[in-house]
Order: sequence, then C-alpha cells, then structure tokens
Amino acid sequence: MSLERSDVDKIAQLARLEIAENDVPEVARNLSNILDLVAQMDSVNTDDVEPMAHPLEMAQRLRDDVVTEKDRRDQFQTVAPQVENGLYLVPKVIE
Amino acid sequence: MQNKTIAELSQSLQQGEFSSEELTRAYLDRIDKLDAQVNSYITVTADGALAAARAADEQRQAGQAGPLTGIPLAQKDIFCTEGVKTSCGSKMLDNFISPYDATVISKFKQAGAVMLGKTNMDEFAMGSSNETSFYGAVKNPWDLDAVPGGSSGGSAAVVAARLAPAATGTDTGGSIRQPAALCGITGLKPTYGRVSRYGMIAFASSLDQAGPMARTAEDCALMMNVMAGFDEKDSTSVDQAVPDYTTSLNDSIAGLKIGLPKEYFSEGLDNDVATAIEVAIAEYKKLGAEVVEISLPNTGLSVPAYYVVAPAECSSNLSRFDGVRFGHRCENPKDLTDLYKRSRGEGFGAEVKRRIMIGTYALSAGYYDAYYLKAQKVRQLISQDFKRAFEQVDVIIGPATPTVAFNLGEKTDDPVTMYLSDAYTIATNLAGLPGMSVPAGFVGKRPVGLQIIGNYFDEARLLNVAHQYQQTTDWHAQAPEAFK
Amino acid sequence: MQWEVVIGLEIHAQLATKSKIFSGASTAYGAAPNTQACAVDLGLPGVLPVLNKEAVRMAVKFGLANDCEITRRSVFARKNYFYPDLPKGYQISQFELPIVAKGHLEIELEDGSSKTVGITRAHLEEDAGKSLHEDFHGMTGIDLNRAGTPLLEIVSEPDMRSAKEAVAYMKKIHSLVQYLEICDGNMQEGSFRCDANVSVRLKGDEEFGTRTELKNINSFRFVERAINFEVERQIDVIEGGGAVVQETRLYDPDKGETRAMRSKEEAFDYRYFPDPDLLPVEIDDDYIESVRITLPELPNAKQQRFVTEYGIKPEDAATLTSSRVLADYYEATVKASEDAKLAANWVIGELLGALNKDGRELSDSPILPEMLGGIIIRIKDNTISGKIAKQVFTAMWEGEGDADSIIEAKGLKQVTDSGAIEKIIDEVLANNPKQIADYKAGKEKMLGFFVGQVMKASQGKANPGQVNQLLKQKLQE
Repeated sequence: MSLERSDVDKIAQLARLEIAENDVPEVARNLSNILDLVAQMDSVNTDDVEPMAHPLEMAQRLRDDVVTEKDRRDQFQTVAPQVENGLYLVPKVIE
Repeated sequence: MQNKTIAELSQSLQQGEFSSEELTRAYLDRIDKLDAQVNSYITVTADGALAAARAADEQRQAGQAGPLTGIPLAQKDIFCTEGVKTSCGSKMLDNFISPYDATVISKFKQAGAVMLGKTNMDEFAMGSSNETSFYGAVKNPWDLDAVPGGSSGGSAAVVAARLAPAATGTDTGGSIRQPAALCGITGLKPTYGRVSRYGMIAFASSLDQAGPMARTAEDCALMMNVMAGFDEKDSTSVDQAVPDYTTSLNDSIAGLKIGLPKEYFSEGLDNDVATAIEVAIAEYKKLGAEVVEISLPNTGLSVPAYYVVAPAECSSNLSRFDGVRFGHRCENPKDLTDLYKRSRGEGFGAEVKRRIMIGTYALSAGYYDAYYLKAQKVRQLISQDFKRAFEQVDVIIGPATPTVAFNLGEKTDDPVTMYLSDAYTIATNLAGLPGMSVPAGFVGKRPVGLQIIGNYFDEARLLNVAHQYQQTTDWHAQAPEAFK
Repeated sequence: MQWEVVIGLEIHAQLATKSKIFSGASTAYGAAPNTQACAVDLGLPGVLPVLNKEAVRMAVKFGLANDCEITRRSVFARKNYFYPDLPKGYQISQFELPIVAKGHLEIELEDGSSKTVGITRAHLEEDAGKSLHEDFHGMTGIDLNRAGTPLLEIVSEPDMRSAKEAVAYMKKIHSLVQYLEICDGNMQEGSFRCDANVSVRLKGDEEFGTRTELKNINSFRFVERAINFEVERQIDVIEGGGAVVQETRLYDPDKGETRAMRSKEEAFDYRYFPDPDLLPVEIDDDYIESVRITLPELPNAKQQRFVTEYGIKPEDAATLTSSRVLADYYEATVKASEDAKLAANWVIGELLGALNKDGRELSDSPILPEMLGGIIIRIKDNTISGKIAKQVFTAMWEGEGDADSIIEAKGLKQVTDSGAIEKIIDEVLANNPKQIADYKAGKEKMLGFFVGQVMKASQGKANPGQVNQLLKQKLQE
C-alpha cells in the first residue's frame, strides 16, 4: 500500500493536522510502511469471525437520572485559551 | 532507605525508624541530585509531597495508617492530578493544570500515599522508547545510552534509579511491561476493566489499562490493593470483588501448569534473552511447576491488528485537543480550520500525528471494512488463541521483549521496527488479559524481563507466581551502579 | 411536467431527563453560559461517559408507542467531525444498531383521510452545544450547556409527498412525545427540531431524485415554507436544464429561502465506529414489558374513546386529542360541567379561538377547566343564554373572576319571569304595527324579527325559548 501526497493531504484535512509541505514525502513513506505491516492481517481468513470491539463481554451499566454536578465554570475556564462572558471564543464560525 | 521496598518502608514507618516526611525529603533530594541523568520526572511536586507526608505522619500517630500511608510514589503524567500540570508528555498539554483527579489518584490519596511528582512518558503514551516525549527522552538507569522503553519509561526509570519506591504506569500495548523489562523492575498490567480509566488520558480506550510498577511483586500487590476496583464513573470498569492480593503471594506453585507459547520463542527473539528466559523456566521447574509447550497461532498478527485498532481509537480520542477549551492554541488563527490545523499540528509530535493519521485513514469511507473491521476480527482470533490456551494451562510464560533495551536513537527513524519491539506484549491487550514483567537477568548491563500472562482477573495468581520466583532469585533486588 | 415531491424527516426530540445522557450535569434550559457543562460535557482529558437509565427508558417508550422493533443489543458509535460546539470532536450516537428500529405511524390529512408513515429508526445521541454569533470582536462564542443533552433522533421513511404531509407527521410526533412525557416539545427552546430530506421526481418514476437536507427548521410554519421553497427551487433547477446537488441547506426564516451551508461544503466522512468507552445496551423482554405497562393512552385510542364515551364528532375528538394537555383540559371541563358536547364546543370554539388570537399556549390559559365548566353549568340551568355566556367568557379571559361573580357583577342573569318578558314584548309589538300586519298576512319569517327585537330590548338577557313561545301567543291574539 503506497500513499500519495494527495492521500496524505486528504487524511491531514480530515484529522485537522497541519503537515509541513517538506514533511509530506516522509509522512507518506512512513504511513505506507505501517499500512504494509497492517496488510499482514490479510494472511488469515476471517470470513466467519465475529468482530471484537471490546475485550469484555459485558453489557452497558446504566446510571440513575440524578443531577450530581455543580457549576465549576470558573475553574474549568482557567485552562481555556480564550473566554469572554463565560463563553469559549473561536474564530468566526460561518454556517 | 532508597533500596527498601514499599513493604519494608511501611514497616520502618510503622516502627518509627523514620517519618514519612524524612523519607519524602530523602527521595526529593535524590531526585534533585540524580534525575538530571535520566530525565524521568516531568514535574516534581515537592511542596505537595511534603504536605502529604506530614499529613500521613499525623495519620499514623492517630493510629490510622494503612500499608501505603506515607509511602512516596511517582505518578505517570497520563493521570489527571487536580491543581498539578498533567501534560501526557505533550506540548499540547504543557499548559494544562488538571481541574480534577483521576480515580487512581484519588484512591492513592485516600490510602495516604505521597505523590513525589509526575513521570515522563512517550507523548500520549504512544511510543516504546520514551523518545516521543515533548520533555525529552528518558535514559535507562542501567545504561545511559539505552532507552528505558515506553510509554511508561519515566515510571520504569524512576523505580530502577531509586527515585521513588514505586510508580504507576499504563499499558495499551506493553507500556508497563516493556519498560519494566528494559529497566529491570516488576510491572503488572491488570485485566482490562480491573482498574478505573477515569481521569487517565485515553490513548486507545478498549486497550488502555493502568497498573503498578515497583521493585517486587509484593509491592505490586500492595499497590493493586489500592488501585483495583469498580468505579461508577467508568462504564468499562468491572463490578467484581477485589481480593487482597497479598494473601496468596506465599502460596506454593507446585503443580502449577505453565504454558510456553512456541511463537514467543521463534524468529526475532534475541539468543541471549532466550537463554535468560530458559534459566528462569528452569527455576520454575525447580519450584515444582509443570511446563508444557503451547501454541498461540495468531501471535504474528497482533502487531498488525493493534496498529489499526489503537490508532483508530486514538484518532478519535485525540480530537478533543482542538485549542478551544484547554491545551495548546496556535497564535493568531485566521479562521476555524487554521485554528484546528495549526493548534494540533504544533501541539502534537510526529508519532502522535502518524497514529492519528493511520487511524483516520483506517476508519475513513471505503477503508473501514478492510482495516478496522478486519482488525476487530483478527482481535477475536487472537483472543480465542488465549481462551484455548487457558483451557490447558494456568499461566503463560515467555520473554517480555524480543531484545534487551536498544540504544537511544536506534529506531526513531523507523516506526515499524519500533512497533515490533512490542511483539510479545500487544496480544494480551487485544485480548484484555493481565500480564506481568519480572526481572530475569541481564545481557551485558541491560536487564531481561520475563513475561507472565494470566487468565482474566487472575492477577492474584500472577503476583503469586512472580513472588515465588523472586523468593529464589535476586534480579529484582539489584540496582544500577550509578543509583545505588 | 408533473412533479412528485418526496420528503423524509429527521426529528430531534430532546428527552426530558433531569441530567444529561452521559453525565450528571443538569439539562435545565436557560442557565448562564457554560455553567451546566461539567468535565464530561466539556470533554476534558480523561473523562468518560456513563449512560443515563432514563434516556434508555424514554427511547423504548417511544418505540413501543409506534409498534417499532426494540433492538435487544444496541450499540453506541462515535460520529467524528470537528466543530467548536462539539467538544470531543465526535458525537456519541448510534449507527448500525439503533435502540429503536422499524415501526410506523398513522397521520391524518386535511381532507380527512389518513396515511401511514414508516419510521426507519430512532436512536439515542447527545446534543451539541451552541455557537453564538454575536460579535465578540469578530469571533464566535461557544456555550456548551446544551452539550450532552439526550436526543432521540427519529428518522422517517421518505413516505411524505407534500409539505402539508410533512407538517402533519411532525405535528403527530410532536403530540406523541408529549403524550409519552419524554419531551417537553418546546420548539422555541429547541427541544423539538427537524431536518427535512427533500427531493423531486417525475410522477411515475421509480427512482428517487437527488435530495437535499434542510437544516434548522424549528417551527411547523417553517417546515412547510422551507419545503415548499426547496421544492420550487429544485424544480426550477431541473427544468432549467441543471441537476440538483446533494447538499445540506440552511433555512433562513427571515428571507424565507434555503441556502447551501458553507460549513458543510467539505465532503463528509464521519468515520463511525463503536464507542470503546461504552458497552452494548442490552434489553430483555421483562424490561420491555415493564416499560409497556407505563404507556399512557395514545392519541388514536383516546380519540376513539372520546367519540364513544362522550358522543362527540370524530373531527372534534381528533382536535381535542391533538395534544395530551388539550385532551386533559377537555376531560377536566367535562367533569366540571357534566356536559361533554357543550364542553367540546366551548373548548374548541371559544377557548382555542381565544388562545390562538392571543398567541398563547394552553398552559398559559387564564381560564382553567373548572372555570369554563362553571360557564357551561350556568348555560344548562338557564341562568344565562349561550350568547350571554360568550360575554362571560370574554370577561373571564380578562381575569374578572369566575362565572357566577361575573354574571352577578354585570347583571347578566337571564330573565325568565314571564311577566317581565311580556312587558317587553308588548312594547316591541306596540312600536311595530306594520310588521305585525305583515306577519298576520302570512309572512311567518317576521317572527324572527320580533324575537331579535325583544332580545335586543332585554339586552340579551331574556330567555330565548320563552320569548319565542310568548311572542307566538301574543301574535295570535
């Protein structure tokens, strides 16, 4: 599996990662090598195998519908890059 | 003082040989003097540690001391610690002071343990050498030219260098066992769901599990008594009674059935490591264990499957680091996309970006079945291998790693080779099984780790099997020359 | 060319739980920004979701009310995309295995006919926060109080063939979720929202046309307008030789038009996969039965009961059961008045008319069922006529008190004293000799004229029956 520059660009866009132009060839090479490693999975037939999403065969436990959390906005926002009037600020969102 | 185990320190504190404050100061002094050589701490919380130590001393005077009261510990910087920087080894979180404690941290606080600081680690726990940390590589205390392993490399180095009696680690594909092996200490990755993941910054949620890293199996048992247990804040935590892990340590292992997977002793295993493991196996035979060869036929597929499952989950888990509510934000973003791409591009290192990209690709339209679904099916096959094996044997034993510690910089340019250094540890994460690494000798200056894998929730037996070995060997008691 | 419109709706109903779907933060509306966004809602590093029991129960309740299959093992999945109101960079939703699967719903159309609309699925998911676009130095403010509020996304089959059908379906679901007490239905606050998938095709075509998804439709009126605008737009595009582009479009209520959303221009790839932080939700028969017995009487059953039990017209019963609060109001009025038919007339005629005129919700009505019942009782015991009763109603609406005190204060009590009525009749007859002559000459219609005059002279208070009877006697004399 060999990834092209355009593949890297597409993945980087989906993942919202800036990749420096100069780094793209190396990134493409490394990702391609990893995909080659991953391709070894194809050596085994898994047609009738049930996919395993989780190591434990358990059902979801449910929580009672009770409000347990208090307002901790000030504390939470001390680590925020930019806030105003209690709101997190981001560059203008255009819908 | 620094060569005592938790069990010994606990006794000394109880007998008044020294106070927790004195003990804590001694460790802080050692960190001050020696850590520059290994770079094992990201943050040292001296003031908090001394305050906690004094509180522990008071608690002891009030007659309310438990086994961990006043014991200094180092916490991997993946656990959120209220009021203390929690970086996860990343520039992304270099400015992140956690507003809350992880469940593991709360439990240690409740037990009266003293936090010395936060240990260095591969960025977001992604790495096998601790070289992906934003805070610089950690060096192996046994040989400063060698890596300590990763991702819990800081924790392993801290314990080996006697910069804390014990530490916590997390293990997604070997991140406790591989550095424990490479640094000559004892580490346990519990069964998935045994220790709460709440407040432990997620790498791959279906694989991550926290565990103890200490000098001995007994210390690991003491720590497990605190760490293990149900947590209503973690849906994947298991509501099952926690045994006292220390009570069965001294049980005889005569008649124990040990399986040796032939796939762990084949091509790729360093000859000297193989020899050390064979010596350890002979020791087990002397202890009365019965050894049989078994097969885990899909072992070779564990690394390939892991490098789909773990990156897929991480690509999603790390989306929250977007420069909006916490963490690194780029300067003067020109629009929203720019904010995201540059904050993440600058905040994450190369390996993290690599894994996010692999995971994004594996989940993307048109590739999901070929990669993600296929990997989930392979995961099932690997898990079934173990199920069959545990019908025949009580524990599985083999090398923890194919080689001893490699040189710093040796594998940084070749991710795939680096990934293969976890070839023997990854399968247990995929299956969710518990595993340990126990010191079992040296190749030159560098330690060898023996891996013991158990059935689900069989941690007590693993600790027993490890403890019995440590009663007749002294690999675990040795200290690196420079840190004695 | 004859075009056929094809519409499917995705309705988002916020479930009326106290706490969020995956955290213990409150879901109450209107708190100061980000004061109800806890560590889990903010997606702080290390936090984990734990599913709210009540959200599951409400989803199952909805499914059972619509003959839907309940999935015995449903799975939460992550829908991955970056947006500032989505804190984790993914929304926890359900994808391949939703908790509620296929079912159906009957809707009534304006011509009195009914139609079955298929429900494809209904799944649980978490709501996103809100972006506030007021100018913060050219930036957008993010409030995450709403993030993590439980949503039931109800997806219909593309079974609707007009904007009116879509509205009828949406109203039916709106009524149903309130009947079930799983959603407050408050559209102003965004508790009940709708996206519409719209396409057109030539009548008789088998294949569907390319559809667009209309977002942000938060009132019944807008649904109709947005769909009609979009249908016209699509037809214009096709008839102009172009092709409809599959895209997400935003309805702009001020301009009454739809436009392509810029934020959705990029091709979407949500990379769904099972959420590893959550395990499969398992539901067994006992659980389903335990929820089934809590189901209230549903609109169709209630409508039929109203017809048989109260003897009212089916169309009136349909109106009265259109919402649970209205049905409850009606039944309370029946109880207070002991006259089901009059109660129906008064609730549908006067009460709904007054609410509509003032743009008020039934919950804000100044007239309670017991008060309306009081008016009806006074009509029945001849204290007031139907006409006077309307005056009483108006005064009551203005908050002037209960029926008896208004009748007393305004002197509206009906005159039933024959002597007093005769006196008025005599005066009227004396003033209208020509009309008497006409009547006697065979113009029997003139009786109505005299009744009107007498009623007018009595200021409406004379008993109309008595007036009629006495007038006939007098005119024959």
